[in-house]
Amino acid sequence: MGFIKNYNFLIRKLHSLTGLIPIGVFLLEHLITNSFALGGPEAYNQRVEAFQNIPFLVWIEIIFIAIPLAFHTILGLYYVYLAQNNVLQYKYYRNYMFYLQRVTAIVTFVYVAYHAYTARIGRAFAGIEISYEFMNNILSQPLFFIIYFIGLLAAVFHFSNGLYTFAISWGITIGPKAQKTMQTICTILFIILTAIGTAGLIGLAA
Amino acid sequence: MAEFIHLKIKRQNGPNESPRWEEFKVPYKPNMNVVSVLMEIRKNPVNAQGQKTTPVTWDCSCLEEVCGACTMIINGNVRQACSALIDKMPSQVITLEPLSKFPVIRDLKVDRSVLFEHLKKVKAWINIDGTFDLGPGPRVPEKERRWMYEISRCMTCGCCYEACPNFNARSSFIGPAPLAQVLRFNNHPTGAMDKEARLETIMGDGGITDCGNAQNCIEACPKKIPLTTAIAKLNRDTTLYSIGRWFNR
Repeated sequence: MGFIKNYNFLIRKLHSLTGLIPIGVFLLEHLITNSFALGGPEAYNQRVEAFQNIPFLVWIEIIFIAIPLAFHTILGLYYVYLAQNNVLQYKYYRNYMFYLQRVTAIVTFVYVAYHAYTARIGRAFAGIEISYEFMNNILSQPLFFIIYFIGLLAAVFHFSNGLYTFAISWGITIGPKAQKTMQTICTILFIILTAIGTAGLIGLAA
Repeated sequence: MAEFIHLKIKRQNGPNESPRWEEFKVPYKPNMNVVSVLMEIRKNPVNAQGQKTTPVTWDCSCLEEVCGACTMIINGNVRQACSALIDKMPSQVITLEPLSKFPVIRDLKVDRSVLFEHLKKVKAWINIDGTFDLGPGPRVPEKERRWMYEISRCMTCGCCYEACPNFNARSSFIGPAPLAQVLRFNNHPTGAMDKEARLETIMGDGGITDCGNAQNCIEACPKKIPLTTAIAKLNRDTTLYSIGRWFNR
C-alpha cells in the first residue's frame, strides 16, 4: 500500500490513460471489426483471419491488452471501493454519471472476464480459432444475446463517460461550457458506439 | 401556515454515543429560520411528546451565511441553518441532521478541523513575513483579482466535503475546498512563489487525482464557487508540472 500512496499521482494518471490508450482504442477496433459480421460470415471470418496473421499476436495481446486491462481493472475496483455513493441524496446529473461509471465498471469487469475466457483464452488453450460459426452458436440464443448486449452497453458507457472525465482529469476541458460541449460529444459517441456494437451483435446472431 | 413547526432532529450525546431521533413542536412565528427555531427549543427544552429533554446543541456565529459554522443537513440537503428560512420550506416536517463526514461532538455540532488541517497542508496563505520590509507587492490584474475573489468567498463550511462521494472515511482525498484555495494562492503574484510546493502537495496521497468528477461540490457550494473549474485548471497545472519535473530532473 505504501507504493500506491507514494506514487499516487502517477498511478492515478496511468489508470486514466490506460482507459483510453490502449483499452479504449481496442474497444473501438473490436466493435468495428464485429460490425463486419453484418456483411455475412465470409466478411467476418476474413477480418478475424487478417488479425490472426499478425506476427507475435499473443504477445501484442498480452502487452497491449491484457496487462493494461488488468492494471485498469484491479486499481479501478479499488477506486470503486473508495467511493461512498450518494445519488439518493444528491440527485445531480453528474453524480448519476459518477455512480453509473462505477456500476458499469463492475458489470464490464464481470462481462469481460466471461467474454475473454469463452471467446479468447479458453479457445486459445483448446487450440480452436474464433469464427463466425462459433459466435453465431452463442449469440443466436436470446439469453446470451441479452448478456452480450448488456456487456456492450456497460463497456460503451464506461468508455464514453470515461472520455468525458479523462478530458477533465488531464486539464483539457476546464470551463463549464467546454465541459458541457464535451458531454454532448461523449453522449453522441455513446449512441454511435452502441449502434456499431449492436450491428455487430445482430450480424453475429443472424 | 401551521400553528407549530414540526422538527425531527438527529441527536447524539457525545462523539462515541449512538444517534437517536427526537421530535419537537415549536410554536410558529413569522420570519423564523432554523437557528431561531433551535433557540426556541433551547428556551424550552421539551420534546413533541411533552417530555423534558436536554437542549439541542448546535454551532452558529455570523447568522448571515458567511462563516459556515451552522452548516447541517436540513431536509436531506447540506446547507447553513441561518439562511434556511422556515417560511420558504416546503415540507411539513423539518429534519435536522449533523454533517455525516465529520466527527459529531454533540447533536448538530461537528468537528470540522480537518478542513483547517487541509488548508494548512496546501499552504493556503501568502508568505509576507520577513525580517525586513518587503515593500509593496506586485499589482494584480483585475481579471485575476475577480477570479481570486470568487474563490476567497469560501467559508470552509464543509458542504462540498459532505456532498463529495470521494471524501469519506475510506479515502484520504483532500477535498474540493482546499484545492480551490491552491489555485487562488497560486494565482496571486506573491503567492505564486510557493506554487511548486502547493502543486507537489496536491500531487501526493489523497491529492487532486482522487477527485472522481462527480461534481457534487459545485452544486452543494452555497457560495457557488467555481470549484469544478478550479479543479480542472489544477489538473492542467499538475499534469504540465509533472511532465516538466520529469524532464528537468
